Amino acid sequence: MNHEIIIALLAAAAILAAPASGKESAEDNYTAYCTQCHGIHGDGKGINARDMSVQPRDHTDATAMSARSDADIFKAIKEGGVPINKSVLMPPWGDVLTDEEIHDLVRYLRKLCQCDHGN
Amino acid sequence: MIRIKRAFAIALLSLSASASWAADGEAMLSSQCASCHNLTGPAPATLQALRERKGPDLFYAGNKYKAQWMVQWLQKPQRIRPAGMFYVNHVKDGAEGDAIDDGGLTAHPALAAAAAQAVTDALMQRKARDDLIRAGAYTPGTLSKSMGEMLFDKFRGCLACHEIEPGYGGLSGPEVYTAAARLQEDYIVSYLRDPQAWDPKIFMPNRHLSDSDLQKFVHYFRALGQEVKP
Ligand code: HEC
Ligand code: HEC
Ligand code: HEC
Repeated sequence: MNHEIIIALLAAAAILAAPASGKESAEDNYTAYCTQCHGIHGDGKGINARDMSVQPRDHTDATAMSARSDADIFKAIKEGGVPINKSVLMPPWGDVLTDEEIHDLVRYLRKLCQCDHGN
Repeated sequence: MIRIKRAFAIALLSLSASASWAADGEAMLSSQCASCHNLTGPAPATLQALRERKGPDLFYAGNKYKAQWMVQWLQKPQRIRPAGMFYVNHVKDGAEGDAIDDGGLTAHPALAAAAAQAVTDALMQRKARDDLIRAGAYTPGTLSKSMGEMLFDKFRGCLACHEIEPGYGGLSGPEVYTAAARLQEDYIVSYLRDPQAWDPKIFMPNRHLSDSDLQKFVHYFRALGQEVKP
């Protein structure tokens, strides 16, 4: 094998191994960033809920969650509650999650509520 | 001339004394602290690494903490993060929703005064991430506690994750009523501006706060600290 190929292979291996570029699963992201308020069961009863003046949305509530479009949910996660006329207590996550990870989270929420927009 | 010589000798003595303090401190850090604290960096880059982190990263301790506070705290450590380093590792089902599993939260090792001073000296030499700190970023000023609380709760939503007095506020983040005693003001400004620059996976959102907000939050923490003594 010539040297250039070896170097190219090593570089490729380094890129593959680099953790920072790795995408996290929706479940792991939800657990790490959302359950502090929305609860480990997604029912809105996270450890932070006690003193919050607006309670976190129950993500298993199909009626409430089906009232929102996927685009609105995406926006709420990326930019926070305020842009969709919801509480400032729902924070913006655009600096922590990539757009792709946020799209995965929207799908994950649809599984939690077992609902789609409109039903 | 004699006086100068003597002053020089004293300076030399105290220099070498603090150097050997720090050397003792280094030895203690690697034998007693490195199992839980990252002393060399970098910060966790994956959720897996975040989950496994046992204690706060200390590789930029010299840019973050107030030495005077650290010496005291190490002798008499009291909990700062109500739900531990990563709340996910310490949550259980409670009667009215999620609750903190106190069983998993152990007391921090306490040090004797000399040892606390020695490790503090060694830690304060760790000045990684100088690139994120601007000396003098904070300009001392005042803000009433009630204005501060409005900003912290109603306008920016910080109260959801931080307690502003024992037993009131959110539990996933560190208490902020001791923040001004623990943390350098310029660090607070920098951290609030961009938490992920310090700790890429941390579960505190970046709210793109204005410069004026950044100053106000530090005023507020200082006001809180005057009321609740750590
Ligand atoms: C600091 C607490 C907090 C965290 C952390 C948090 N949320 Fe929220 N979230 C709230 C609150 C409070 C509301 C309700 C806002 C309202 O009703 O005005 C909410 C509402 C929402 C809504 C809007 C539901 C609706 O009414 O249409 C979505 C979607 C949502 N959260 C998703 C998430 C996701 C996904 C995460 C993690 C990436 C997350 N939240 C993290 C507090 C939080
Ligand atoms: C068993 C794990 C463990 C060991 C060993 C340990 N620490 Fe810690 N340390 C922690 C945890 C966890 C915290 C956070 C405490 C809290 O939030 O209440 C902490 C907090 C600290 C803090 C405060 C920083 C902050 O931001 O909260 C300092 C300073 C510190 N440790 C120094 C040391 C030193 C010095 C040693 C060695 C003598 C040491 N620790 C040994 C786990 C450990
Ligand atoms: C979703 C939860 C959450 C929200 C909302 C939040 N924080 Fe934090 N905050 C955290 C976490 C988690 C940390 C880092 C904990 C650590 O380093 O162990 C943190 C750290 C801090 C620190 C440094 C504290 C220390 O002891 O190191 C300050 C100061 C702070 N936050 C202030 C704020 C302010 C001001 C706001 C509102 C603009 C805010 N936080 C909103 C979760 C949150």
